[in-house]
Amino acid sequence: MPGACGLSEKIGLWLLGLLSLGLTGCGDGIWNTPYSSADAQGNTYYSSFAERPKHLDPARSYNSNEYAFLAQIYEPPLQYHFLLRPYRLVPLSAAEVPVPSYFDAAGAPLPEDASAAEIDHSDYVIRIQPGIRFQPHPAFAKDADGRSVYHALQRADLDGINRLSDFAEVGTRAVTAEDFVYQIKRLAAPWSHSPISGVMQQHIRGFGALSASLEGIDARDELARVQALRQARIAGVEVLDPLTFKIRVEGKYPQFSYWLAMPFLAPVPWEADVFYAQPGMAERNISLDWYPVGTGPYMLSENNPNLRMTLDRNPNFHGERYPSQGMPEDAGSGILADAGRPLPFIDRAIYSLEKEDIPRWNKFLQGYFDSSGISSDAFDQAVQIDAQGEPILTDAMRGQGIELLTAVEPSVFYMGFNMLDPVVGGESQRARLLRRAISIAMDYEEFISIFANGRGLVAQGPIPPGIFGHREGEAGINPFVYAWRDGRPVRRGLDEARVLMEQAGYPGGVDRETGRALSINYEAAATGPDDRARLNWIRKQFAKLGIELVIRSTDYNRFQEKIRNGTGQVFMWGWNADYPDPENFLFLLYGPNGKVEHQGENASNYANPEFDRLFDAMKFMEDGPERQALLDRMVEIARTDAPWVWGFFPKAFSLHHQWLYNAHPNQMANNTLKYRRIDPTLRERLRRAWNAPILWPLWGLGGVVLLLVVPAWWMVRRRERSTAL
Amino acid sequence: MTAYILRRVLYAIPILIGVNLITFLLFFVVNSPDDMARMHLGQKRVTTEAIEGWKAEHGYDRPLVYNPAAPGLASLTDTIFFQKSVKLFAFQFGSSDDGRDIGYDISQRMWPSLAIAVPVLILGLAFNISYALFIVFFRATYIDIGSVVLLVGMLSVSSLFYIIGGQFVLSKVFHLVPISGYDQGLDAWKFLILPVIVGVVGGIGSGTRWYRTLFLEEIAKDYVRTARAKGLGERFVLFRHVLRNALIPILTGVVVVLPLLFMGSLITESFFGIPGLGSYTIDAISNQDFAIVRSMVFLGAVLYILGLILTDISYTLVDPRVRLQ
Repeated sequence: MPGACGLSEKIGLWLLGLLSLGLTGCGDGIWNTPYSSADAQGNTYYSSFAERPKHLDPARSYNSNEYAFLAQIYEPPLQYHFLLRPYRLVPLSAAEVPVPSYFDAAGAPLPEDASAAEIDHSDYVIRIQPGIRFQPHPAFAKDADGRSVYHALQRADLDGINRLSDFAEVGTRAVTAEDFVYQIKRLAAPWSHSPISGVMQQHIRGFGALSASLEGIDARDELARVQALRQARIAGVEVLDPLTFKIRVEGKYPQFSYWLAMPFLAPVPWEADVFYAQPGMAERNISLDWYPVGTGPYMLSENNPNLRMTLDRNPNFHGERYPSQGMPEDAGSGILADAGRPLPFIDRAIYSLEKEDIPRWNKFLQGYFDSSGISSDAFDQAVQIDAQGEPILTDAMRGQGIELLTAVEPSVFYMGFNMLDPVVGGESQRARLLRRAISIAMDYEEFISIFANGRGLVAQGPIPPGIFGHREGEAGINPFVYAWRDGRPVRRGLDEARVLMEQAGYPGGVDRETGRALSINYEAAATGPDDRARLNWIRKQFAKLGIELVIRSTDYNRFQEKIRNGTGQVFMWGWNADYPDPENFLFLLYGPNGKVEHQGENASNYANPEFDRLFDAMKFMEDGPERQALLDRMVEIARTDAPWVWGFFPKAFSLHHQWLYNAHPNQMANNTLKYRRIDPTLRERLRRAWNAPILWPLWGLGGVVLLLVVPAWWMVRRRERSTAL
Repeated sequence: MTAYILRRVLYAIPILIGVNLITFLLFFVVNSPDDMARMHLGQKRVTTEAIEGWKAEHGYDRPLVYNPAAPGLASLTDTIFFQKSVKLFAFQFGSSDDGRDIGYDISQRMWPSLAIAVPVLILGLAFNISYALFIVFFRATYIDIGSVVLLVGMLSVSSLFYIIGGQFVLSKVFHLVPISGYDQGLDAWKFLILPVIVGVVGGIGSGTRWYRTLFLEEIAKDYVRTARAKGLGERFVLFRHVLRNALIPILTGVVVVLPLLFMGSLITESFFGIPGLGSYTIDAISNQDFAIVRSMVFLGAVLYILGLILTDISYTLVDPRVRLQ
């Protein structure tokens, strides 16, 4: 069949052509790079994210995976010092850290050391740095007559516009105090759904009244909302001059300074709200929640959370310099080598969506991500524990020049007892002894080893290391669960726990009054196969005391409902600190924050009048010996009552390639991208060395195909030509 | 045929209403509007007022399916079910619960899904049919037996194994293709090689075995024997007679999945970082975004019905005996 042969030849030629075209396309020497060659060789930082950010509006965002982007874009008045510990607030967009002034009810000034009872309100006067400008944005674009180009758009004007970059004109303007005030009003607006609206209502004077006055605004008319917000006044917030504003806080609330370091209080221009509120914008997903408008070192140039988020250097950034101060140990570590140099160092940061651990880890090893966390699957490949019990890198990681950084997170994971429950809760000695016995039996050292790859520190109380009030050494152990032996805390034995059980009226786990085995319900929001091992482990801990643990697994919604209604008995929960102050942990045990009665964050509904009284005093105090004494007493009360099995403080492990500099762990600051520096030349050289394509399998595959096809073709021809007999 | 298609379209309406109702009931059995509000407002410091405000703004402050406080027909229309469902029938998907335009998202995410699904379908079909014909040509020989063993082995392996194995061998060991990722436009080609190879290889076991069965059934029929008796070559018999007559069941399987191609594959897209529609519904379920869930289920149902209608039409094209009335 000559025609068929001709067709085969043509197909072959086409395939050869396509192959050579493909090889030419990979001509830069690396075939498996996921990036364009221009980006890969530039001053670009590469990382990944696993979960798409839900909100990028600074009034709504309250999630660490959103702050990874938002904190590089928005600049609230304050920030945490990059290197100094304990965590210290320093100015960001403010000219200096504001010192509150105190006043009594008559408005007369009070001294700094006035008692909290005397103080009616505190004034925070915030002076912002001059010369801060917003990033280029169409909301600021003006024509030759000074009129806004894009503030009176009709739906028809948006034909062909699908993303922000489709607007041809951009502009900018200087930040004023009015922009900070406008954002505070946005927090109060009911339609903003700000998660901190409730907290601010308690503290900023006039916040609640403003919120109530905005209730009646027509929900369908977004422009009317913005105009109403612009015209609205908030009693406790006042613009003093174009670069100064004042916030009046009810009573004394020293923790308010920490809120000034969160994106909630970053400046937002009213022009952006007007721009995004125009008809047709929402239908095109053009909103402040999708396209932030900030003043920080970076701006979001691509927001495609299903694929990639790209931050580019903000050309209008006002400038900042790398810190010159650090801790004593920083002097020799090289972390101060860039002291005084202008920030940021990196021009572009590309974050790729990687939902699965395996490809993310492999791309890090190939050099396509500059830094990475460590998934449980890859932990043994990356980290080993040395003779001193410290985590160190494996030889393979060291061979690649990878560095390991660890830091205890300002978080706590605990097992809570519902204090409203008649069996495990309450103030009775019987229930207290039962909780203490369970606290001993719950071997959290083993839990951390099995389920967290050793990435955690057993908690002796509610305050994590690095937070004022935490005590190290013998003074810091929980004496009800640990004894101090040979210079370290040792968990008390099960025999002691069993004695406690007997004293509580449950000898061998049997209720002396009823003669029946003690059965406790454990509420879990866990249904997957991975959770089963953990739940079985917990069941075994209770079984050590003869307690039958009934696991009540459900979905997260029902789990939360049980906690809200106080129908559970025992559960696991966690808290990630908003700010590095002991108040932000101890309020989880404060009676008036009880979940059932007050819908607060005290999930165990613990209430102890003395603890609450001390908390009321402690929260107003400055750090010092007096405050430490109160904290010690509060922790002692909580340990005695044992409303939680204290659980553990998680440790963050991160890996960095040798070409990435200034990757210093700072668990409070989210705006650390500006400090990072890369060596793109070294990165490119190593990427090429690590990823040179191995071609022999291609030729081998071709050979195998030939070996299969030629004999098969020969057999087909032979069979066709063979005769029946 | 027009009357037939019209009738099928009309039949589809009650089916779609039923699908919509079942989706609604299943979703709200698991999630209440309060749960949805909490999910969207975050886990920390959420107040009751904020929850009520979110529900009111998103239209979840109405009763689910019956509003006893509303007069007359409004008792049925002033409900979450009616308000959230009726526009679907005009293919107005509206906004997701976090404010994104669902129609726009679908239009953006369907292309990456199609970029994988279409080549996998075409290449897989071509390879599987060719390989099945080859096996049938050598039926009852060691080639046939060896191939069947190989195919059974291949179809017994999890698709996840092909994905992880493909990434390990082709990207991590041989450095030939990116392990995952995607790019816009024509730059996407190098990211498609691995998922397409994995998709095709992963489908060889089941696909080839299915086609082999079809061809073997066909090859035993009288008209094939007649063709051979006329002296036609085996290749001619296979391609001209067996393949053509086996097209009906092949079409049944292929045409019905055509409209669903753009719905994507969750696992493939997740592992290869493809921004397709595969994870859109799953993400929406975990985020308790009812607006997306109902839209995607509705769209899936519409496409499935469309696929079935197309299958019926394709019968008439390949088999002159079939008439739609």
